[in-house]
Amino acid sequence: MQVYLDNNATTMCDPKVVEAMLPFFSEQYGNPNSLHKFGSSTHPALMNAINQTYKAINASDNDDIVFTSCATESNNWVLQSVWIDHVLNGDKNHIVTTEVEHPSILSTCKFLEEQGVKVTYLPVNEEGVVEAHTVKSFITDKTALVSVMWASNETGMINPIKEIGEICKEKGVLFHTDGVQAVGKIPVDLQDVHVDFLSFSAHKFHGPKGIGGLYIKDSQELSPLMHGGEQMGGRRSGTLNVPYIIGMGKALELATENIEETMAKIRAKRDRLEDALLELSDTFTVGNRDNRTPNTILISIKGVEGEGMLWDLNNGEIGASTGSACASEDLEANTVMLAIGADNELAHTGIRLSLSRFTTDAEVDYVISHFKNAVARLRGISSSFAKQAPTKGGEVQECELHHHH
Amino acid sequence: MAKADMLGESLWDAYSNKVTTLMNNPQHQGEIFEADAESRGNKLIVADFGAESCGDAVRLYWEIDPATDKIIDSKFKSFGCGTAIASSDVMTELCIGKTVQEAVKITNIDVEMALRDDPETPAVPPQKMHCSVMAYDVIKKAAGLYLGVDAESFEEEIIVCECARVSLNTLKEVIKLNDLKTVEEITDYTKAGGFCKSCIKPGGHEAMDYYLVDILADTRKEMDEEKMKAAADAQAMGGGKFEEMTLVQQIKAVDAIIDENVRQFLIMDGGDMEIIDIKKADPYIDIYIRYLGACSGCASSATGTLYAIESTLKEKLSDKIRVLPI
Repeated sequence: MQVYLDNNATTMCDPKVVEAMLPFFSEQYGNPNSLHKFGSSTHPALMNAINQTYKAINASDNDDIVFTSCATESNNWVLQSVWIDHVLNGDKNHIVTTEVEHPSILSTCKFLEEQGVKVTYLPVNEEGVVEAHTVKSFITDKTALVSVMWASNETGMINPIKEIGEICKEKGVLFHTDGVQAVGKIPVDLQDVHVDFLSFSAHKFHGPKGIGGLYIKDSQELSPLMHGGEQMGGRRSGTLNVPYIIGMGKALELATENIEETMAKIRAKRDRLEDALLELSDTFTVGNRDNRTPNTILISIKGVEGEGMLWDLNNGEIGASTGSACASEDLEANTVMLAIGADNELAHTGIRLSLSRFTTDAEVDYVISHFKNAVARLRGISSSFAKQAPTKGGEVQECELHHHH
Repeated sequence: MAKADMLGESLWDAYSNKVTTLMNNPQHQGEIFEADAESRGNKLIVADFGAESCGDAVRLYWEIDPATDKIIDSKFKSFGCGTAIASSDVMTELCIGKTVQEAVKITNIDVEMALRDDPETPAVPPQKMHCSVMAYDVIKKAAGLYLGVDAESFEEEIIVCECARVSLNTLKEVIKLNDLKTVEEITDYTKAGGFCKSCIKPGGHEAMDYYLVDILADTRKEMDEEKMKAAADAQAMGGGKFEEMTLVQQIKAVDAIIDENVRQFLIMDGGDMEIIDIKKADPYIDIYIRYLGACSGCASSATGTLYAIESTLKEKLSDKIRVLPI
């Protein structure tokens, strides 16, 4: 049995989404900006996708939702344009973000620091959550933007976006949230929550890869990153990716209709899996379940190194993820794991399991069984789990992992 | 960057078959108990290296025949990735049958070579080389425990790059001999810094005692000092080439010539001069001076006096000198 539990990385494209997209590859392939019928015939389907997108996050008609290639582009767009509009051509020079953002935020912030922007990277609490009062205390009259992710890709922990939004509104500071792990997973209602900008990406909710969006409140100012034609009202030039926009609209519709019911079903499977894995001795999971995206578990298994565990899971045809440094190209331990992990242990033993609405009960049963076998095997090899104490000279090497800010 | 780099390779695809096999089924995993070793009249050594918080830890068991110092049996436990487990397994195997003194000569390079499927292809990707290093360190620790000496006493040289086992002395020598200016050049010449990259600069996966960036900077500084000393010595011997001197040496040399040949005449007329700056202006070397006292208002300071100063400096130091009064 093959089981995919890496849905926070990317998801299967829903067959209904693929079906919705297909006619727009080889039948209705016209450029929607053309005057002729080949182009204009795509307009009703595009308008439908736009409506589906606005409805999914409850955006108002005065707001803009611009289609981008992915959330990385959306995140770059907001940060770089705030730099252009408020630092280069304005009198503000400060951005507030967090230590646990996605690399598309952190790397862009590092780049902007080189351009003279001051960036504050807020810490998270032991649950992995950014607290609203912390955000408030770091906003100054030089702050142009606050950017805090809605939910964490690593832990699934949900940040107090409503409170942070209110603080930003009150202080007159722009507020951006990377909504990649929230949209399609938990209710996102932009009439209830104040945000100026929200990024999302279709492949996180069973849509295709290569398409995302940026919500921009009330036609808020934002210099374009992509200059060219007049597509998307001049905000983002380039011929519209018709099939993918239609696919994303459909994926959003499927993900958000009856979202509470779907969430409850995923959560029940997640909780059953989590409970079963926590029966193993010396394991812990990160963050309170009630404040987590319903599909995510980040579990630490004492004595079992992350890559070793992924290896065994992979041998059992189970796809999961780890923040273990040993499994990454640069050997840097995952910053999120370090930000929330006690004694660096989590950074080396953390395994992330993320379910989807396609995960079945039989798959959960299979994973429980295989996971326990893998832990038993690797603990059998493990020196840090070895029962016999060394006779002498068994002192442990001191080691410090470097955490970059 | 090139086409091959456009899509990163999976780490696991770069593992040799031996690494994969041993990761799935290590041959020497386990423990040896003191009572069992004693019952056979042997001595048990248990050595730990690394820590879970570092991401890698290994425990090595040796059962040693005290009459011959030979390692009769060896087992391991390891917290780590596939490479760490496979390296520990091979390291354990390499120890069996050797004396402690022979075992201590096993290096991480031996371990990595033993994991290769063919001699030309590395067993693990570069960033995983550090996982085989622990095997080397834990052997030294075990040997130290058995022989009652400090594990570091087995290390004859200071090793900077653990992965490629390049010593501090070698690095300094190569930098000097080949006039190396960048860390990339050091890696090209020695392979140091080419694997896990921890030794390049602070902030890598593992903290190191020495970093290539510092060694390069210090060695370059030493080279500059040596060059300056050589130039000063040559100057003292009368053979120094003005163009190759440092700015300070040039100022000193110009001052010396002025003091010896010019200043006395200026002072006689109630004046003086000072050197403001020396700048390269290819093909010239411009010496900026300021006249002091009577010289500053003197009509010949821009003609005859200037010619006298310039021609003296040209003759004594370099044809390329131009003197420019400010």
